[in-house]
Amino acid sequence: MKYMDEFRRPAPAAAMVEAIKTLSAGRRGRLAGREIGIMEICGTHTHSISRYGIRAAMPQNIRLISGPGCPVCVTSQPDIDRLIHFVRREKKAIVATFGDMLRVPGSFSSLERERAEGAEIRVVYSPLDCLDIAAANPSKEVMFYSVGFETTAPTVAATIVEARRKGVKNLSVLSLHKLTPPAMRALVDAGDINIDGFIAPGHVTAVIGARAYGFLSEEYGLPCVVAGFEPLDALAGLWMLVKQLSEARRDIEIQYKRVVTWEGNRKAQAVLNDVFTEADAMWRGIGVIPGSGLKIREGFAAFDAEKRFDIGYDGCVVEEAHGCACGKVLKGLITPPECPLFQKACRPDAPQGPCMVSSEGTCAAYYRYERV
Amino acid sequence: MCLGVPGKIIEIKGEWAKVDVGGTKREVSLALLEGAKLDSYVIVHAGFAIQTLDEDAAQETIRFLDGFAGGRDTA
Ligand code: SF4
Repeated sequence: MKYMDEFRRPAPAAAMVEAIKTLSAGRRGRLAGREIGIMEICGTHTHSISRYGIRAAMPQNIRLISGPGCPVCVTSQPDIDRLIHFVRREKKAIVATFGDMLRVPGSFSSLERERAEGAEIRVVYSPLDCLDIAAANPSKEVMFYSVGFETTAPTVAATIVEARRKGVKNLSVLSLHKLTPPAMRALVDAGDINIDGFIAPGHVTAVIGARAYGFLSEEYGLPCVVAGFEPLDALAGLWMLVKQLSEARRDIEIQYKRVVTWEGNRKAQAVLNDVFTEADAMWRGIGVIPGSGLKIREGFAAFDAEKRFDIGYDGCVVEEAHGCACGKVLKGLITPPECPLFQKACRPDAPQGPCMVSSEGTCAAYYRYERV
Repeated sequence: MCLGVPGKIIEIKGEWAKVDVGGTKREVSLALLEGAKLDSYVIVHAGFAIQTLDEDAAQETIRFLDGFAGGRDTA
């Protein structure tokens, strides 16, 4: 496929890996003998880095740490539980959501199990599909259980705008959207792990613009490279980051120049800001991060599931089910093989936590591509 | 989930475009993109075009990668 295949060729990949080795090991170099931690924040990067063997190809002193960038994975246990309470209570409602959400175990059930018991749960590819579902079921309430980062949130905002334009009366959205930069800040502030630089997500940044990471270099002295998702993009991004470190630079750079600009997509930002405003959000494993989520503005309250239904956190528990260590995995504190359940009780066909459900989850990526 | 795929706009009707994504034709909303043009490439995510793909910048990255494979610029 055009503009994908060009970035999957083996020859530049091998040369790039060599160049990263040279930079990190050069005997007189600044990085020789130093342990370097690089976090890839995004689940799509995690998947790509595992799938193409990039983690394993890195020199010994470079550790690629997977971060909290899989939207399904960071959805908190209470947010799963309250949805399950909802589908049990509102028997006539239809819940729509993205596919991976179905198999995420809550503390007592999953959407998949509820569906088998008769709850009406639809998987959508685009939030726009909810408009069709609402139109086809005028006597039912349709609730979109909405997860995703800045890439996805504008598509949901545009759907809500369209629903209002069309006068749709039976559609609402439960916004569990999360924002990337506040999570990066929270991880650095927590200081639990040693992060020397970030690989930032290409498609989040296509929307928000690379300037959004300025605080990393200005306030924390950390370099950051916005990279694309094909293997050569990821490798080139890593090379740029390691080169910065070897030269003691702490800049924000863009590798994914064909899609990412400094300003981002102004129109998508405007639609997002019309519909949503910043709010605190609860992340699995991390807890509440101030200003890291999006809630629906007053002007669109008619489409806000939080306002329309009684869907609070009563009877929801925060602890992760079944001894799953997803919280630690998401913070980069442990790798999946360090979880005692990994590939024993927890496998893609029997996931114990969300990180094994989503193909972008770190545990699923390790299971498929990095099992030793 | 932030997966986005490049596709070429082959038809525009108001706020909608037909986009060729690797041979598959998809109806894509242009509600989030200013100035989408026929024959240009866009990144498609969840039924929306979320950004244009700058073909000159893509060629520049490809040349940079080729330079790498040729053993240059490995400093
Ligand atoms: S291997 Fe399974 S149980 Fe362990 S952290 Fe990952 S998802 Fe949770």
